[in-house]
Amino acid sequence: MQIARVVGTVVSTQKHRKFEGAKLLLVQPLNLDETPRGTALLAVDGVGAGVHEKVLIVLEGRAAGEVLNKKAVPVETAVIGIVDSVDVV
Amino acid sequence: MQLARVIGDVVMTRKDANLAGLPLLVVQPITPEREAVGRPLVAVDAVGAGVGEEVFFVRGKEASFPFYPVEAPVDAGIVGIVDHWTVER
Repeated sequence: MQIARVVGTVVSTQKHRKFEGAKLLLVQPLNLDETPRGTALLAVDGVGAGVHEKVLIVLEGRAAGEVLNKKAVPVETAVIGIVDSVDVV
Repeated sequence: MQLARVIGDVVMTRKDANLAGLPLLVVQPITPEREAVGRPLVAVDAVGAGVGEEVFFVRGKEASFPFYPVEAPVDAGIVGIVDHWTVER
């Protein structure tokens, strides 16, 4: 799992049927100092996250699919929580 | 999942039996600012995308889920055509 920031939303009409009803977010993975790491990814939203919020994402298909409560969803990235704070010692 | 632009297609005559009838497209991953990022790759198409369109694709075995019960031997698949997106950094 990684910490990321929601930076946008995506609209797609023509998509695989298992995505119906899913909200698609653009998320930018972050380093612990909150600088961006790598490219922004597309994730399904399991928690009602909004733009600018810091979130926890999974980057593996099975876990991401469970967010949509469906089996065999062709998905690999999902938002699973909104981060209140991170403490690193 | 990542945003990408479809930049080509691939035709194969001799191929794995479980690839029969599956369209293969060349995609260039892009950032939300529409800059190319990373190398182009070949992805199987589950949504009827065409050259020039902006899409999102999934990596890993989840790419084969749209073709279940056929066990397509693929590791990247287009699962949505993007209408538009918004970015607020």
